[in-house]
Amino acid sequence: MELTGAQALLESLKKEGVEVIFGLPGGQTLPLYDALYSEKGLRHILVRHEQGAGHAADGYARATGKVGVCLATSGPGATNLVTAIANAHMDSIPMVAITGQVGTSFLGKDSFQEVDITGITLPITKHNYLVKSADQIPNIVKEAFYIASTGRPGPVLIDIPKNLQLTKIDFKYPESINMPAYKPTYHGHPKQIAAAAKLIDKAQKPMIYAGGGVISSDAAKELLELATKISSPVTTTLLGKGAFPETHPLSLGMLGMHGTVYANYAVTECDLLIAVGARFDDRVTGRIEHFAPKAKVIHIDIDPAEIGKNVSVDIPIVGDVKNVLCALNNHIKQKDSHSEWVAQVLAWKEKHPLCYKSNGGLKPQAVIEEIYRVTKGEAIIVTEVGQHQMWSAQYYKYTSPRTFISSGGLGTMGFGLPAAMGAQVGKPDKIVIDIAGDGSVQMNIQELNTMVNNKLPVIIAIMNNQYLGMVRQWQELLHGRRYSHVDLDDNPDFVKIAEAYGAQAFRVEKFEDVEKAMKKAIAKRDGPTVIEFIVEREENVFPFVSPGQAINEMLVD
Amino acid sequence: MKKHTIAVIVENRPGVLSRVSGLFSRRGYNIHSLAVGTTEDENLSRMTIVVEGDDDTLEQITKQLYKLIDVVRVYELSNISAVDRELVLIKVAANESTRSEIQQIVDIFRAKIVDLGENALIVEATGDSTKIDAIENMLKKYGIREMVRTGKVSLARSEETK
Ligand SMILES: Cc1ncc(C[n+]2csc(CCOP(=O)(O)OP(=O)(O)O)c2C)c(N)n1
Ligand SMILES: [Mg+2]
Repeated sequence: MELTGAQALLESLKKEGVEVIFGLPGGQTLPLYDALYSEKGLRHILVRHEQGAGHAADGYARATGKVGVCLATSGPGATNLVTAIANAHMDSIPMVAITGQVGTSFLGKDSFQEVDITGITLPITKHNYLVKSADQIPNIVKEAFYIASTGRPGPVLIDIPKNLQLTKIDFKYPESINMPAYKPTYHGHPKQIAAAAKLIDKAQKPMIYAGGGVISSDAAKELLELATKISSPVTTTLLGKGAFPETHPLSLGMLGMHGTVYANYAVTECDLLIAVGARFDDRVTGRIEHFAPKAKVIHIDIDPAEIGKNVSVDIPIVGDVKNVLCALNNHIKQKDSHSEWVAQVLAWKEKHPLCYKSNGGLKPQAVIEEIYRVTKGEAIIVTEVGQHQMWSAQYYKYTSPRTFISSGGLGTMGFGLPAAMGAQVGKPDKIVIDIAGDGSVQMNIQELNTMVNNKLPVIIAIMNNQYLGMVRQWQELLHGRRYSHVDLDDNPDFVKIAEAYGAQAFRVEKFEDVEKAMKKAIAKRDGPTVIEFIVEREENVFPFVSPGQAINEMLVD
Repeated sequence: MKKHTIAVIVENRPGVLSRVSGLFSRRGYNIHSLAVGTTEDENLSRMTIVVEGDDDTLEQITKQLYKLIDVVRVYELSNISAVDRELVLIKVAANESTRSEIQQIVDIFRAKIVDLGENALIVEATGDSTKIDAIENMLKKYGIREMVRTGKVSLARSEETK
């Protein structure tokens, strides 16, 4: 079949099962957009800023488990994708980013809208390609999707010079992959699994620490089996939320800097830490020498480079989390209920619950609890970055994978709104809520327009504290209340902005009105709703482990 | 700090050198030398990299290298018996009175004078890095005008399995 490079790209995407592309055209993607003009098999969602396209592809991937695809022109279009690519890279999200590039004869000449996007994204992609001849396109697309979605997932970028988009090729989609150098390890070494099972059988105070790897490997069921089988409490990272039902008695919620007191105590006291698809990030471990000081450590991860990177490990198991947990569950003998240990942990849970004072104005924590109640815990919660993000992690209980979507590793303000858009595209029947801060929401607010145009019923719940709240909190607690450039009391009128974009919008100032507003928002299925919650300005996120402190040394109020 | 020699076999694709060197600088690993060349397989290149770091660092470097899609194989050569070679070209100041002294040094090191001028000559030497260090030291007092070392290349001896 003879096709242009542009047509070949679209055919290849369809062969990979792509249904939707988030993008915005420009000079160097004109041939691609010309091919899209008559393309019936692919949905293209026109964003208002390429960063929005990138985060939307990311949110789509997190909500569905499929590879997200975004498309931008060369130069500024490509550089606008950079934050979103870095974000996906830090959180190991499968994504394919496609960029137009100046024609091959213009390459390297500082041509109009030429940037070296493969060079720029080298450290923030799992791999990238500059297409050198049009007949490479099918093979490169095949490889890109394979790399993005296998092993430890991540973003892959394909940069396609304009003239190659126009070059005719004989299109044949490759059946198989030939990448001898790329071979992820999927099955844990039997010896390591046996050794781990032995340690588990001996443990008196086991503790499971689960991360995003459990979700990307679809291993929540196996994790639940392990935890119940060995009666081990489970704590998750921010990205691990949803990997273990937080309504389960053995769930200790999140650990680390803003983790629960009981999770941090339990990690500090346990004699065996089973790390599953997690990477011992500094926001989790606090002062590393004091992290799980009494524990032997089993570390299960598909990425060998994570093993021993931050902490030394007693039993490393490299492999796909689901496979490894399956094998481990079959090996473990013990039926010990660790009743003393579990009782101790439950006592901590009882004694130090997450809490906030309900004096004063509308509390953001209360709003989130109410959102949980109204949605019966069944919504997909997406967040921006800041205090509201941590409260969303603390006060909404997640019971299934892919229902909490947040920028973990990069901490990208402006992620939530476009990511929620992507999640809604992938999960049209779900209630998708972006819990936002008044600062963050302004970083990609233009995508409200995209949501309106595409009738996406995303709910944007702005916790308006008129501050860059998380930074203000650090300035309060660590810099003697010197509030330097964090005041947002000159925020625009969010209700008016939302309405100008064509969204439904309310302002809520009293707790009694939260439920009604949420119900109205949920009832609207043909477009977005913005709810501005005017919340207590100087509320802080607790517990709080100061950077560099041990995680059992928390400020609690 | 300990020096390690590693061989990195990579697929011969555009950008592979910057992927590898970028990884070292980004993660703060110190490259002492890096030599790249073709191999018996036209699709593969071989980089010989001398890095400084403790054993844990070396392990991380190896694992991070393996994460690069174009990296086929990484092995350490400092712990096994290997043949190491480096080539150096040294332009040394020389006049009639010093020329024969230099010639003697060159002979002892089984090096060669490959260019001769009125005021300088160029010495070529190959050997392991200690030998190259030694000849460089011996020639220093005559005045080294310019020098280039290729960086070490290394192959495991025949009886060592790769
Ligand atoms: C793009 C970006 N710039 C700056 C920061 C640093 N930062 C982290 S949280 C925060 C404040 C966020 O304010 P807001 O969205 O209002 O959330 P709040 O903390 O008030 O809930 C800032 C500026 C960041 N994470 N991302
Ligand atoms: Mg705020």
